[in-house]
Amino acid sequence: MIGVGKIKQYSNVLDKPLSKGKQEVSLSAFAFLFSELVQYNQTQVDNISELERSRLEDAGYAVGARVLELLCHRDKGNRREMRLLGILSFVHSTVWKVLFGKVADSLEKGTEHEDEYMISEKELLVNRFISIPKDMGTFNCGAFVAGIVRGVLDSAGFPAVVTAHFVPVEGQQRPRTTILIKFAEEVLVREARLG
Amino acid sequence: MPPVAPRSGDAIFASVERVNAELFTLTYGAIVRQLLTDLEEVEEVNKQLDQMGYNIGIRMIDEFLAKSGVSRCVDFKGTAEVIAKVGFKMFVGVTAFVTNWDADGTCCSIVFEDNPLVEFVELPDTCQGLNYCNILSGIIRGALEMVSMKTEVTWTRDMLRGDDAFELQVKLVKQIPEEYPYKDDE
Repeated sequence: MIGVGKIKQYSNVLDKPLSKGKQEVSLSAFAFLFSELVQYNQTQVDNISELERSRLEDAGYAVGARVLELLCHRDKGNRREMRLLGILSFVHSTVWKVLFGKVADSLEKGTEHEDEYMISEKELLVNRFISIPKDMGTFNCGAFVAGIVRGVLDSAGFPAVVTAHFVPVEGQQRPRTTILIKFAEEVLVREARLG
Repeated sequence: MPPVAPRSGDAIFASVERVNAELFTLTYGAIVRQLLTDLEEVEEVNKQLDQMGYNIGIRMIDEFLAKSGVSRCVDFKGTAEVIAKVGFKMFVGVTAFVTNWDADGTCCSIVFEDNPLVEFVELPDTCQGLNYCNILSGIIRGALEMVSMKTEVTWTRDMLRGDDAFELQVKLVKQIPEEYPYKDDE
């Protein structure tokens, strides 16, 4: 019977055992919520880049920072990745799998710049039900996911600039989304020192 | 086409696409955090969350009717049962139940304990007046308005404030009569 105190009361959220993360909600519940997030933030900005950069990314960053903490604690025995490739593959597989139910389609190193990496997804979960009006140009709701990635990386000690871009795919009607990660110089210097 | 038999909330939830509840929880948390930063006043945040819920509710009702096969509810009692048994389950995978009916059957409570919105959440002292889950009340209000019921939805119990369950009081204010025939050209 609900409402008779079956669930134990905890005076402090930290006393409560951490859930295993197997609970689910319907995709449409998330899609409705995400659409409200985007619509609300649209009312708070004057232009697209502000909407992507300082609003959606900011919301995602808050999620990413918490995801890192949660996963390191629950799945990795309070350890986190120290090396560049380790953290990238953590984002590409572990984080992706928990948040989006699958490993990301690809993780590549940029060909032109040493400090750039790309995570690509054919159909990013947050873009599933999104179509971009013509007057909004290159706007990509994946900025939220870029924010998540930046939140994870930054909190793990790998500051980076992370952006989301549509990339047309030959023979496909919808473009894929590429999350471009450009690490701060200090990260690469440290990485080189570690050898 | 013969009317589709109503399906249980569990059956629908099992058949729809689902996502990890933690993504949902943390995204909602990010929204509330942004609102608190932008609007500063807790009361304004409550209002905005309710408005967001309303926006969702008026769209969500379509998906609900399409997927549930629920036909017209004869009265408000039936409606409340359907929200608790089918609606909650189908969208957020939790079970709720209806209680505390008043004598004339226009006011009741929807009670539930599991709530994916509040995992990891604790209200700080500065936000004690915040109805953290206010989006839910907006959703119910919005969805019911689309099926001709004007309601007032208020929180009477909230686990984030130390209560033993979440309780939403749903009060039917007015049943808006449907007008026939519809005039398409207006």
